[in-house]
Amino acid sequence: MLSLTGVHTHIGQYHILQGVDLTVPRGGLTVLLGRNGAGKTTALRTIMGLWHASRGALLFDGEDITRAATPDISCAGIAYVPENMGIFSDLTVRENLLLAARAGAPDAARLEWIFGFFPALKKFWNQAAGTLSGGQKQMLAIARAIVEPRKLLLVDEPTKGLAPAIIQSLIAAFRELKAMETTILLVEQNFSFVRSLGDTVAVMDDGRIVHSGPMAELAEDRNLQQKLLGLSLDAHQ
Amino acid sequence: MTIATPLPDAELPKPRLDYPPLLVLPVLALLALPLVGSFPTWVTLTVAGLAMGMMIFIMASGLTLVFGLMDVLNFGHGAFVSVGAFTATLVLLPMQGWMQADSVLMNLAVLGLAVALAMLVTGALGWAFERVIVMPVYGQHLKQILITMGGMIVAEQMIHVVWGPDQIPLPLPASFRGVILFGDAAVEKYRLIAVAVGLVVFAAMFLVLNRTKVGLLIRAGVENGEMVEALGYRIRRLFVGVFVAGSALAGLGGVLWGLYKETLTAAMGSDLMVLVFIVIIIGGLGSVGGCFIGALLVALLANYTGFLAPKIALASNILLMVAILLWRPQGLYPVAKR
Repeated sequence: MLSLTGVHTHIGQYHILQGVDLTVPRGGLTVLLGRNGAGKTTALRTIMGLWHASRGALLFDGEDITRAATPDISCAGIAYVPENMGIFSDLTVRENLLLAARAGAPDAARLEWIFGFFPALKKFWNQAAGTLSGGQKQMLAIARAIVEPRKLLLVDEPTKGLAPAIIQSLIAAFRELKAMETTILLVEQNFSFVRSLGDTVAVMDDGRIVHSGPMAELAEDRNLQQKLLGLSLDAHQ
Repeated sequence: MTIATPLPDAELPKPRLDYPPLLVLPVLALLALPLVGSFPTWVTLTVAGLAMGMMIFIMASGLTLVFGLMDVLNFGHGAFVSVGAFTATLVLLPMQGWMQADSVLMNLAVLGLAVALAMLVTGALGWAFERVIVMPVYGQHLKQILITMGGMIVAEQMIHVVWGPDQIPLPLPASFRGVILFGDAAVEKYRLIAVAVGLVVFAAMFLVLNRTKVGLLIRAGVENGEMVEALGYRIRRLFVGVFVAGSALAGLGGVLWGLYKETLTAAMGSDLMVLVFIVIIIGGLGSVGGCFIGALLVALLANYTGFLAPKIALASNILLMVAILLWRPQGLYPVAKR
């Protein structure tokens, strides 16, 4: 579905991505792990065209998107949920979703499907998004990404700062999306969250992918966890 | 699909109308009443202030959206004001017969034609200005200030070349002259017309921004342009559209201001830019509602101080800006930014 080959990204004088090789298989949930500053967010922003790769190639669904503009990448079928959620605070929940539905008004059946796991959005339909709680904002950000079918979802640290109850609702939503064979690339640091969801995993360090493989393999190999992440996944459950 | 864990969907606090900035206007007007002393004079000054404020709002509204959407500091915005006013003379002066006829319809027809031409020309000029002058300096504030000021100087000189260096008198249409008496208070007809035009423009902008998808995109783009692009919309096209519309509105403002002063000078736009920038800073950069309140505040204060203490009239708006920014450092209605 998506492949990055030798991707380098510079931000000003800083060389953030230093030859990233990453493959996201179709229909699964790929987790991108790594410590703070490893380059995970930069990788997502480079895929989205918000920062352009200075070297290397990005292929999405067989198309070269290395130099494509962000709106073209979005229209090609990639949805993006940034770390700061990127919701429009002055707009209502309805207006936020209306903007995300490029084809016209959001499909009623799909909205009901979304309300099934995010009922708060239905309740606060006409409320300014800026007045929602942090968890509700995250729900809105994810709902906005899936209000129309997309080929690939890029989600950056969705559980950051959220209460456990809300994290459970996000797990349910991601399971549902996985069941519908939506391809997801998820950046996360909450190991217990991704362990239960991920099919494949890639670990970044210093702007490079230092490991990639099945999630089950990493989850069961404590030595590998120690080596790649400096701690055991068990310690985070 | 339903989640076992209850969602945190308890009642949220209802969003409240941020009313204190709205109260500043009536408070200012009421404070001025005992100072002015005479009720009819106060009415005249207040209507004059409202008319002036509406015209400044028309000129400033496009500029505040341009800044909010793309962080562009356009110090050349005043050029559209001057060019709009001078372009209108291409219709108004040759058709003086219609302008001075005792027929409201003939007056309105010629004025409508002049306004349409002025907005068309300034809109087209705005498009060229954005493509040629602004686009190469996106994200570079210092260069934006220098090059847009340069653009304004070139535009003023071009006006001198085309229309000559002298002031051009621009008499009001016959049916817009004179006053209407409200008791002992005399209010100029043209000022009431300016207030009405300003209200129509504000209502139209409000409807477009709140009831159309383009308006939603503009509001979203002012808040977080990057996210609008990530949703698949080309914010630069949107920006060009707003720039063109803002330039055309500045042209309309120029025509109204020219008729208000009944004299045109090439520097009229640059002279107004100080007031325009004070208004958009007071209102909150990128906020149309704030720009509207700010324009009325600036104009009312200028009229009251011009009557009560002419020596401090020039400084009054700077003092107002200082006071507002001490109260609300981001302006009256700050736009939530990414």
